[in-house]
Amino acid sequence: MYSDKVMDHFMNPRNVGEIEDADGVGQVGNAKCGDIMKMYLKIEDGVIVDAKFKTFGCGAAVATSSMATELIKGKTIKEAEQITNKAVLEALDGLPPVKVHCSVLAEEAIAAALNDYKQRNGLTEDARYEACGGCCGGCGSYRDDETEDH
Amino acid sequence: MQKRVIYFDHAATTYVKPEVLDAMLPYFTQEYGNASSVYSIGRSNRKAIEDARETVAKCIGAMPNEIYFTGSGTEADNWAIKGAALAHRNKGKHIITSSIEHPAVLAPCEFLQKQGYDITYIPVDQDGLVNPADVDKAIRPDTILVTIMMANNEIGTIQPIKEIAQVCKKHGVLFHTDAVQAAGNIPIDVKDLGVDLLSVSGHKFYGPKGTGALYIRKGVKIESLIHGGHQERNRRAGTENVPGIVGFAKALELATQNLDAHYEKLYKLRERALEGIFEKIPHVRLNGHREKRLPGNLNVSFSFVEGESILLMLDMKGIKASSGSACTSGSLDPSHILLAIGLPHELAHGSLRLTFGESNTEEEVDYLVDCLAEIIDKLRRMSPLYEDFIKGEC
Repeated sequence: MYSDKVMDHFMNPRNVGEIEDADGVGQVGNAKCGDIMKMYLKIEDGVIVDAKFKTFGCGAAVATSSMATELIKGKTIKEAEQITNKAVLEALDGLPPVKVHCSVLAEEAIAAALNDYKQRNGLTEDARYEACGGCCGGCGSYRDDETEDH
Repeated sequence: MQKRVIYFDHAATTYVKPEVLDAMLPYFTQEYGNASSVYSIGRSNRKAIEDARETVAKCIGAMPNEIYFTGSGTEADNWAIKGAALAHRNKGKHIITSSIEHPAVLAPCEFLQKQGYDITYIPVDQDGLVNPADVDKAIRPDTILVTIMMANNEIGTIQPIKEIAQVCKKHGVLFHTDAVQAAGNIPIDVKDLGVDLLSVSGHKFYGPKGTGALYIRKGVKIESLIHGGHQERNRRAGTENVPGIVGFAKALELATQNLDAHYEKLYKLRERALEGIFEKIPHVRLNGHREKRLPGNLNVSFSFVEGESILLMLDMKGIKASSGSACTSGSLDPSHILLAIGLPHELAHGSLRLTFGESNTEEEVDYLVDCLAEIIDKLRRMSPLYEDFIKGEC
């Protein structure tokens, strides 16, 4: 079912943990759909110098959050904002169709953490990621490329 | 590298016992004639089927002419429900079932609902038990069938079938029970139970897949679903799967002869696992009734972690189990059974079902408990829910 890369990121997730004095924290998902991702960011001079995550969810959920933290570390905020679920999917050599929504949640987690950072620093009034009602179709965040790579 | 396989998913399916396979083989190779044919290798097939029928009847306390072979437990359920609905539609169109049935019962009911039948789903208590009084209250003048499973596949809870049958008899309503998980694990005597229809499935008790049977009490009228030739007393057409039928009967015979020892063995293994898990792992909950449950069934929910993750990590250790988590069902909802007994979603997602069988050992159970302790700890340390709990926010 899962690619070797996904299994690797599941069994040996990168960047599990918390950041005590994080600059941005975002949590998305809900218990109802069985996926919750929490992302912590340490940002210096507009660069994400460290990222950590905690996830309640299936193999794909853990793998996508792990990969997401790897993809954003060392990037500028702007670069991190460009990272889509497609990038996460590609980096993991794809996911089964029913699991693609986990990659969307990972993208949302990055956005939520960055949004939190911006809010703390008075950089935005965008409240779009304040509360996630569940990515299981709830906020309509499925992407067109859902069925690619499979 | 193929690791050892430790199989704790017997409720999903079982391996075929060697004696069962031996009994089946000749019917693939030498005795392969159509049982309806006049010549010798056809007649020997006919005899094999009728011997099998007699064996199955004895195992469940029925008469041979009340046993009908099907291609699966699902088919038996579909036949009982749709067959009864069609046959008695002039009397009424109300059917009663429970909220924790297997899809093989729920789906035919939903189908009938679309055809204009009215379905009542009796709720269960937090242990998964149906209250016979609720069935009594739900029965109406236009009720034609009650269908309640004998034992649940997810949580193992055993229903008060005898009492429910008495209620149905009182009102003159047909009573079907899906005994797919019960057969081979607890005694079945259809006369004692008082049921009118009962389904069983071969691959749950060390028989082959693609086999099943429906008990239809003498005098009970249900329409046929599969029309064609005259097989199964003109009620279920199709050239008989003789090797399958022979295997099915052999497996049920072995299971019935061995029932007490089998029950004892599974019960001990289950209790050992349960004690080990509760001793070594905090924040765990048992799902289903503590006593009125199948001997080999253990279903627990681990707080703060998700089921598919548990299964993947167990699989890495060679251990095969299942879960009521949504991720494992391919849908976005966790097991309807776990929700029906009142579990909040996150506990339903964090469930693990272990169903023990003949081949399991104490050593395997001890290994399972050690692996689980390690896995749950690892997953909790990755979990935002556990983090919140530790910080006192939950």
